[in-house]
Amino acid sequence: MQNMSNVIQSIPLNHYIILSAIIFCIGIIGVLTRRNAIVIFMSVELMLNSVNLLLTVFSIYRNDAAGQVFVFFVMALAAAEVAVGLAIIVMIYRNTNTIDINVLNRLKW
Amino acid sequence: MSLFYFVAFLSVFFSLLVIFSKNPVHSVLYLILTFFTFTIHYFLLNAQFLGIVNFIVYMGAILVLFLYTLMLMNLNHDTEPLKSNLLKVIGVIAGGCLLVTLIASLKISGNSEIVVLKDPNLGLVKNLGNVLFHQFLLPFEVSSILLLSAMVGAVLLAKKES
Repeated sequence: MQNMSNVIQSIPLNHYIILSAIIFCIGIIGVLTRRNAIVIFMSVELMLNSVNLLLTVFSIYRNDAAGQVFVFFVMALAAAEVAVGLAIIVMIYRNTNTIDINVLNRLKW
Repeated sequence: MSLFYFVAFLSVFFSLLVIFSKNPVHSVLYLILTFFTFTIHYFLLNAQFLGIVNFIVYMGAILVLFLYTLMLMNLNHDTEPLKSNLLKVIGVIAGGCLLVTLIASLKISGNSEIVVLKDPNLGLVKNLGNVLFHQFLLPFEVSSILLLSAMVGAVLLAKKES
């Protein structure tokens, strides 16, 4: 494992921030441009994961284990959120026979 | 060093494929590949516990749940009604504007230092377990209650009303 940790010795913090920002923005573009509810959900997962990666990098940069524990809690939360969200999507599909989000506009008024 | 840039390129590439592939099942499969590249990132940072948890929880549990729901609804065909091109372009421009803003503010803040692993034991299970069960014991227990309530809620929501 020692040789693996030498890999990161030469990467600036900025490059990790840029990578996470790019993936976060890809997630936002996915939420804005797709209409399938499950694909939108997957884009949200992508955004959560990019933030997780950045938290881990900051935790290593500051030499503080609390950041990684926080990432662990975010993962537990994401699991709960996915279970409830997919149950809601299944219920919507059973009632309207579609998961197109443009059908779900009754709260717009 | 170049390994990081290669893996970063792969994660950006696969995440682009996630949002631009027409078939939802292909999206889920590309998302699995994206999360695998994230696992490689965690291992490169020597955060072994998070790498394994990412591998098991995200790639093993969450994405199987996605795939299962897609197969259950029989949506594995390209019938998604597409948004109009104007809305798509507006969405891409909005996301691009956010990206430009983030990177520009990063540039203003100046050069950054190199990420150095000061303590190689930082991300190992032993160290994280010590922190988790001493400093964060109460949030850990509360998160178990959260998972229980989420499970009950999911079963209640997905159950057919009789």
